Amino acid sequence: MIQEVSSFTPQTAPSAITGILWLIPALPIVASGCIALLKQPRRTVAAALSIGSLGISLVLSIAAFAHVLSGWLAGNAVREFANFTWIRFGGSAVELGWVLDPLSAVMLVMVSFVGLLIFIYSTGYMAHDENFTRFFCFLSLFAGAMLGVVISNSILLLFMSWEIVGLTSYLLIGFWYQKPSAAAAAKKAFLTTRVGDIFFLLGIVWLFAQTGTLLFYNHGEGSLEPLALASLLTQHAALGLTAAGAIGLLIFAGAAGKSGQLPLHVWLPDAMEGPTPVSALIHAATMVAAGVYLIARVYPLMQAGASDSGVTTSLTVVTWVGASTAVFAALIAVAQNDIKRILAYSTVSQLGYMMAGLGMGGVAVGMFHLITHAFFKALLFMGAGSAIHGCHEEQDVRHMGGLRESMPRTFITYAIGMLALCGFPIFFSGFWSKDAILEAAQHWTVARTPFYMLVFGALLTAFYMTRQVSYVFFGRYRGHGHAHESPAVMTTPLAILAFFAIALGALGTPVWPWFRAFLDGHAAEFGFRGFSEPGLLALMATSSLVVFLGLGLGWAIYGNKSPLPAAPDALEASMPLVWTVLKNKFYVDELYGVTVIAFYAWWARVADWFDRFVWGGAVAGVTWLFGLFAQLNRFLDTNVVDGSFDKGCEELSNGGGLLANIQSGVVQNYLRILALAVVALVLILFWSSRP
Amino acid sequence: MTPLAGYLLVAALVFAIGLAGALVRRNAIMVLIGIELMLNAANLNFIAFWRYGPHPEALTGMMFAIFSIAVAAAEAAVGLGLVIAIYRHTHTTEIDKINRMKG
Amino acid sequence: MTVIFFLIAAIAVAGALAAVLLKHLVHSALAVTIAFGGLALMFLSLDAQFAGFVQVLVYIGAVAILIVFAILLTRGADLPREGVFSSTWLTGVVIAAAVFSVIGWAVINSVNAIPQQSEVPNVSVHDIGVALVGPYVLPLEIVALLLTAATIGAAIVAMHEKGGSE
Repeated sequence: MIQEVSSFTPQTAPSAITGILWLIPALPIVASGCIALLKQPRRTVAAALSIGSLGISLVLSIAAFAHVLSGWLAGNAVREFANFTWIRFGGSAVELGWVLDPLSAVMLVMVSFVGLLIFIYSTGYMAHDENFTRFFCFLSLFAGAMLGVVISNSILLLFMSWEIVGLTSYLLIGFWYQKPSAAAAAKKAFLTTRVGDIFFLLGIVWLFAQTGTLLFYNHGEGSLEPLALASLLTQHAALGLTAAGAIGLLIFAGAAGKSGQLPLHVWLPDAMEGPTPVSALIHAATMVAAGVYLIARVYPLMQAGASDSGVTTSLTVVTWVGASTAVFAALIAVAQNDIKRILAYSTVSQLGYMMAGLGMGGVAVGMFHLITHAFFKALLFMGAGSAIHGCHEEQDVRHMGGLRESMPRTFITYAIGMLALCGFPIFFSGFWSKDAILEAAQHWTVARTPFYMLVFGALLTAFYMTRQVSYVFFGRYRGHGHAHESPAVMTTPLAILAFFAIALGALGTPVWPWFRAFLDGHAAEFGFRGFSEPGLLALMATSSLVVFLGLGLGWAIYGNKSPLPAAPDALEASMPLVWTVLKNKFYVDELYGVTVIAFYAWWARVADWFDRFVWGGAVAGVTWLFGLFAQLNRFLDTNVVDGSFDKGCEELSNGGGLLANIQSGVVQNYLRILALAVVALVLILFWSSRP
Repeated sequence: MTPLAGYLLVAALVFAIGLAGALVRRNAIMVLIGIELMLNAANLNFIAFWRYGPHPEALTGMMFAIFSIAVAAAEAAVGLGLVIAIYRHTHTTEIDKINRMKG
Repeated sequence: MTVIFFLIAAIAVAGALAAVLLKHLVHSALAVTIAFGGLALMFLSLDAQFAGFVQVLVYIGAVAILIVFAILLTRGADLPREGVFSSTWLTGVVIAAAVFSVIGWAVINSVNAIPQQSEVPNVSVHDIGVALVGPYVLPLEIVALLLTAATIGAAIVAMHEKGGSE
């Protein structure tokens, strides 16, 4: 059920913590800059700067969270913001600012905490890499940009941080740029998200043009506040949408790119070319969650003009896309053999869940799954990294196995994460967050199909995760060399994340729906009354059943067996055609290759030809013309100007010589000329005096 | 033709002849002779105007002529002295040859 | 325009012509003396007796002699090889003719415009003397200075240099 966002306490003056909120993203960015300027690769300094700056950001984030929490406990829903004008042109101005409300507070804490753990993990994972310093520089930059996205109160500042996040994602995916596959994957990620970002930018421009402000919250004048939303609803765009709906869809396109929703999901699995900490941080916990966060942030816009049941066109689209993505990705994950790729498709699937949760259940539902997913997916990725590290950089699950005995700590934490992801009932956070989404789906008034899709997705999730765990941790070790446990610097963060994978569930149970209450700004009641919601217990039973079914199926087919790496998968043997389609990811990449990319390549060739022959020809022609002109100039200068000048001087000299002959030195000649002059003068006198 | 005109014309004629001599002859002394003739012709002019002009009792023309004669004598002396001096240096009195001052 | 006038004029002009045209310098000097004489007669015919006598005294008595001396001292008696007239004598004659025509034409055209009296002026030497030390005393003194300077200058110029160049 979508809750109406109750009115937040009008801000009188921003508190101290809001005033220094900008430090939270600024510190890691400054650390990144400092690391970039280090002349030699100084590993300890780089790591210390990164971890230190993010640590301080974490402290500040916790302080901000505490401030919001104290306000919430006192009964005030806190939303404080600090805005400033960046550029002023004419009558308009570009305004930037940051906001501190429950949404940004929980996200800040999550991002900085998970980020800090992954930073520490990376010091161990990347210890043998020679580009250690560069890695931490990019990581810090990413952390700063992501935190910037979180606190933005201005859609422009959000977009700027968004772009930097995309840039660092590109840099980090292509970290081992010598590998052609990594470079290609980085480019693919950047371009695919770019497609989404174009729509996002259109949405921003439209929003700015329509509402006249870039700020979300600005004492009643912000674009997410009732006045602006009302004006957006009166404008009509195409296809029966209002301006609010159209802008919402455009912004969702941007979020879909970043969060890997259905048509733009192709980059996320390839992004596994990057180092595992990158996959854990960026492509599990934070960057891909930025899309979900964006929708949550602009939720008033998405929800504007909603009917009584809280349904709008934009939210419906979000739901369908999310549900489709959830099932689509889960199907593909079943047939993958790379440990990280399975997790990548799992991430795509879970992001679909989050989007569906936002669409059907509101900000709290989607955000709760985002927070829990961040923890257990980061845990799973880091565990996978530990396994890869222990198997000497082997990533194919068919070459692993039996790690349960050789890497116990990794196994236990990984198992916790896996059960959380599957949504194992009661103890694991994933169960509660996924259940909240299923509950919202169950009560969705538009259609029931998303509910069935999501349930099927849950079944698949349990199935493929069991398959993966069986391959990796059970059976016989099929790799080369000996598998060894990872050092403590890598396993300790795993343990911490495992703890949270369990503990966070307590924040969102129907017994004590603290998370929802916190985000929505009203009091949380502790009591079993939550269980009296119609159909809730039945839903919990259904989802538990589905999870057990998936686990059982997976164990039955794969459990404790050690198939030879060369042998076909058990499922492949029985359904070869289905298996091939799933393994090839429904041929989406090939489809894009034939259509979009082929067209683009053709267009690039046309443009190249044009550039080379038309513009290049024009430039060459102008150059030739100038050359000609220069030659002409030179000719004129040498012959005409110089020549005439030289000639003139020569003539002058000759003339002087000639004139000098007048002074012959013979006095008689002088006398003659005198006499002549007298005659002439007399004549002149005569004629001039004539009347 | 008045008497004055006659005298004036004679003076002009002598003057022209003197000028011709100064312009045509090659010897330096001949040039000086020509100059003396020109001066004489000018003196004749003065006297003629004195005689036939108004106020002859003012003696202006006569005075002028007398002084002119005196000055001409001095100038002739100096000029001829110069010619002698130049003759000593260049051993010639031909003007054509004395062209060290040519440009 | 009496006959006397034409006679005297003829003497003067002939003497001048001869002076200019004769090849031998000494002849030329003598001819110019005759021209001076003729001019002195002209002065006399113009009732300027004092001027006439001064002319005779100074020009014939001093200048002509001076000329002769100069001719002697510069061996003017030797005739030059290329002839006494310059190679461009025609130009000079033309110029002189031009000058004469201009002056003559000026005289003829303008002489009737000026008043001309014909009575003889009554001038005595006493008047001339008085005029010399009266109104014309300054020019007199200056001419005296001039003559002194000229004399000294001429002497210096014509003097044998120390070390001699001869």
